[in-house]
Amino acid sequence: MTFMTAAANPPTIVLIGHGMVGHRFLEALAERRVPDRARVVVLCEEPRPAYDRVQLTSYFSGRTPDELSLVAEDFMARHGIELHIGDPATSIDRAARTVTARSGLTITYDTLVLATGSYPFVPPVPGKDAEGCFVYRTIEDLLAIEEYAAGSRTGAVVGGGLLGLEAAGALKGLGLATHVVEFAPRLMPVQVDEGGGEALRRTIEKMGVEVHTGVGTQEIVTGEGGSVIAMNLSDGSVLDTDLVVFSAGVRPRDQLARECGLPVGERGGIVVDEWCRTPEDERVYAIGECALAADGRVYGLVAPGYDMAVAAAQAIAGEAGGSFTGADTSTKLKLLGVDVASFGDAHGTTPGCLDVHYCDSRSGIYKKLVIAEDGTLLGGVLVGDADAYGMLRPLTGSIPPLAPEQLVLPSGAAAPAALGPSALPDDAVICNCHNVTKGTIRAAVTEHECTTVPQVKKCTKAGSGCGSCVKVLTTLVNEELKAGGITVEAGLCGCFSHTRAELYEIVRALRITSYADLLDRHGRQEARGGEGCEICKPTVASIIASLAPTIGAGGYVLDGEQASLQDTNDHFLANLQKNGSYSIVPRIPGGEITPEKLIVIGEVARDFGLYTKITGGQRIDMFGARVDQLPLIWARLVDAGFESGHAYGKALRTVKSCVGQTWCRYGVQDSVKMAIDLELRYRGLRSPHKLKSAVSGCARECAEARGKDFGVIATSHGWNLYVGGNGGADPRHADLLAQDLSDAELVRLIDRFLMFYIRTADRLERTSAWLERIDGGLEHVRDVVVHDSLGICDELEALMADHVANYRDEWAQTLNDPDRLRRFVSFVNAPDAPDPSVCFTPERDQIKPDLEILAGPTLPVRTLEGTPSA
Amino acid sequence: MTTLSVETLETAEAAEAAAQSVTVELRVDGAWVGVCKLGQLTPGRGAAALLPDGRQVAVFRDRGGALHAIANQDPFTGAYVLSRGLLGSAAGRPYVASPLLKQRFDLATGQCLDDENVTVAAYRTRMRRE
Ligand code: SRM
Ligand SMILES: Cc1cc2nc3c(=O)[nH]c(=O)nc-3n(C[C@H](O)[C@H](O)[C@H](O)COP(=O)(O)OP(=O)(O)OC[C@H]3O[C@@H](n4cnc5c(N)ncnc54)[C@H](O)[C@@H]3O)c2cc1C
Ligand code: SF4
Ligand code: FES
Repeated sequence: MTFMTAAANPPTIVLIGHGMVGHRFLEALAERRVPDRARVVVLCEEPRPAYDRVQLTSYFSGRTPDELSLVAEDFMARHGIELHIGDPATSIDRAARTVTARSGLTITYDTLVLATGSYPFVPPVPGKDAEGCFVYRTIEDLLAIEEYAAGSRTGAVVGGGLLGLEAAGALKGLGLATHVVEFAPRLMPVQVDEGGGEALRRTIEKMGVEVHTGVGTQEIVTGEGGSVIAMNLSDGSVLDTDLVVFSAGVRPRDQLARECGLPVGERGGIVVDEWCRTPEDERVYAIGECALAADGRVYGLVAPGYDMAVAAAQAIAGEAGGSFTGADTSTKLKLLGVDVASFGDAHGTTPGCLDVHYCDSRSGIYKKLVIAEDGTLLGGVLVGDADAYGMLRPLTGSIPPLAPEQLVLPSGAAAPAALGPSALPDDAVICNCHNVTKGTIRAAVTEHECTTVPQVKKCTKAGSGCGSCVKVLTTLVNEELKAGGITVEAGLCGCFSHTRAELYEIVRALRITSYADLLDRHGRQEARGGEGCEICKPTVASIIASLAPTIGAGGYVLDGEQASLQDTNDHFLANLQKNGSYSIVPRIPGGEITPEKLIVIGEVARDFGLYTKITGGQRIDMFGARVDQLPLIWARLVDAGFESGHAYGKALRTVKSCVGQTWCRYGVQDSVKMAIDLELRYRGLRSPHKLKSAVSGCARECAEARGKDFGVIATSHGWNLYVGGNGGADPRHADLLAQDLSDAELVRLIDRFLMFYIRTADRLERTSAWLERIDGGLEHVRDVVVHDSLGICDELEALMADHVANYRDEWAQTLNDPDRLRRFVSFVNAPDAPDPSVCFTPERDQIKPDLEILAGPTLPVRTLEGTPSA
Repeated sequence: MTTLSVETLETAEAAEAAAQSVTVELRVDGAWVGVCKLGQLTPGRGAAALLPDGRQVAVFRDRGGALHAIANQDPFTGAYVLSRGLLGSAAGRPYVASPLLKQRFDLATGQCLDDENVTVAAYRTRMRRE
């Protein structure tokens, strides 16, 4: 528009400031092909092109400055934009229409855009310029803090607002004892109310950040060398600290504008109209944090800045429509790992409004919704659990379909059917950062043929800012795909498009004995030659193990390639516990044990100081062994005749028994003997999920056989076989498969049943879920295994015979082989050193894990151990 | 069943022998520190190693033979167990899945792939031939 009036030479647009908003402006120009018809020159003060300031703190969790860049590699070249890095503008001459940069470069402009952002406000306290004082705004600030922190122990942040807490997170991540000093009586005074501030404080203090509210900083005390040693606070106290970060708010960088006579607001900010143009001079625009928008506000968030960038670009390109008249300042953040969100009228300033609170100080959750008298949702504050933010923010301004008190209840507690994103209207804004509505997201799927969340992100930009909307976005995309009849793929994982059952058939038919072979020949194209994943590796390892003798694979689960596929538990033939130690469960078939063996267990547990417990599976678990102790412990157990109980494997666990006919006055068969026989027959059998069984001596069912994958109950004529039972989270009583079986008939049926299950079940699908899922259900299984309707029973029996004939105790095999024992060390470079992190404290005359470590210096979030490799 | 020709057997053996003379080194605080022989690492799995200052690192050799190292402590549970996780790759980048609660960590950067706010230290690695 403006430049169209200029002479024959292409008009010149000068942008001062290449920050987040400045770059969004360039993108918006490029989208409108403006650089094709105009010369675009950018003066950039920082020594690098625009980067993601919002994610600045992620540097401390390993993101490199390059990864923070917002500028696609060839962006400037592709659009012929001149970028002058490290060369800030120093003056503007509006009469001559020139801008002069520090290097002396002078450019004549037709249109000038100021996007100079803000500078951190440093309160005028004595000592503020001492060595060790920093601000937190640029990558350069952060590199300087990082360097200085290397020689420091304690750091203090002045300011407990959003940025202050970010900075505190960074200091914490650098390993400093961290303090936050906030003048207001609560943290984040702008965003949250008193209750929210309290919840935030409690949680943040629990993480080891000390919070001082209601006190001001009076002086920075320096030591002999002139560097910071302490702060004097307004309550008379002294806070010792080696480093201070000021984060007491920001001020618009409007100096250049003031100097060339452009009006600025009382508290700063270049005055602009709704097209972001200065009213004084229609050739000059201001956008982002340096601008005082048409609604009289200076916005300190990136989303409104982006809207301004687009409005200005539209005006410059001569497009009708765009304008910026104000924005939503809703925010959702993760500060030091705590979710904090505020939206709409968070402080309840609307006359006559009411509010609804939910507060659980134990878990640091605080929620408040502000509601108008007619039930309209006006705004709210969420601390500690902001999952609902993605739903609540778009509902602001309307009457939600659920009562407000239901909206603040934690999901799960008296849970009303959760309010899904499908309840939102199409014009609800889902992504605040890029102002993307639900309708646009749906259209990405229905009209632009996006079939994955990443594609939708790329197409709409939704979710590519702060990331807080990604959860709702994912739900929407999946719903839309489903509605469009697009099946969200059924394959095992990202590496294989086959199901587990299909892979089983491939392995069996082609006799594939190596995972790498299977992946490279039958995996998805993009996964071939790769590393595979933690889902298919153990699944394939299990398939190969259950077919080992039949396909000619080695029977030992940890040799060669198999060693790299097994889950940790299988890898060490023991169960990993929460502190990195292991538990040991020897097999006790049928739950029957001699006093001698009991004594051995007692002695071993005593000698190694293990916690000992009777399990729910009628055997004994010993907890708290270090990895290097496992072979020593098992040497003693194997010596005494024990075998691995496979508590670690997706394999047969226990066959429980009741005491049965031998002792019990009601018993009609020898349930103990049958339980032992079955346990010994199926021990070591790898399957899609664990397998459990039990045998009861009569219908009173003391062994709880109907809660098992295969359960046996004695009758006066023999045995009834039940299948598909389950305890656990989703209990199911087993169904009767066949009645009054002889011993041999029983065993033959179980052989067939188990092998059919192993062949056709999905990964981690217990027999109960499998029976409910497969076509034809129990009737089909009965047809196959009792009536041999598929003609595969001989084969199923042969597979089981192979398994039985080739069973070897894994622990005995391991102990006999020095090579196999090599893995049982805590440290590869210090085989004799025990792991010092595995420690215990006493409880009820035994040990328990000492998890002090969690309450101590380890934060669940922003953990940074050492420094990322330089 | 796969049969190995004499030739491949020899090269496999030669490769293993060679692996014994290669030292795995990590860049720690500006210096290279040797932690073990290449042959001590099972391809596709990790091992824990102790640094001179007591820090624990998890060292991995992936299927393609490349080395990776990150801190051994699982930030979600506090236990020193990342070396015992399973390896995988996502979009061509190798990761390890924690054996405790299964969160995945990019092996090059230490970034948790399941929680963008969590990262563990990552170390540069190299192989040094004797
Ligand atoms: C030790 C024991 C508890 C105890 O102190 O008694 C136990 C401990 C564990 N159980 Fe269990 N379960 C134990 C008996 C049971 C029982 C009772 C039984 O077997 O009669 C059940 C209900 C019966 C059933 O499974 O149907 C049981 C249902 C579960 C479930 C739920 C399974 C389900 O299908 O819903 C899980 C989770 C899973 O496997 O996915 C589980 C998982 C676990 C795990 C493996 C959790 C884990 O991954 O760390 C526990 C680790 C054991 C360890 O580290 O040594 N455990 N668990 C019991 C060991 C029995 C044994 O001697 O092997
Ligand atoms: C740690 C941190 C976390 C944040 N988190 C969030 C968040 O979660 N959500 C959110 O919405 N916002 C957040 N913000 C704020 C957000 O970064 C800003 O709103 C956004 O960067 C504003 O963009 P801008 O382009 O206006 O300013 P800036 O990004 O600051 O860019 C201005 C640029 O202009 C340059 N400049 C100044 N004067 C001159 C000159 N004379 N010549 C040339 N160049 C000049 C500056 O060097 C700077 O590079 C955060 C900010 C920080 C520091
Ligand atoms: S199930 Fe029957 S035989 Fe077994 S202990 Fe109970 S009552 Fe006795
Ligand atoms: S709301 Fe920030 S990325 Fe969508």
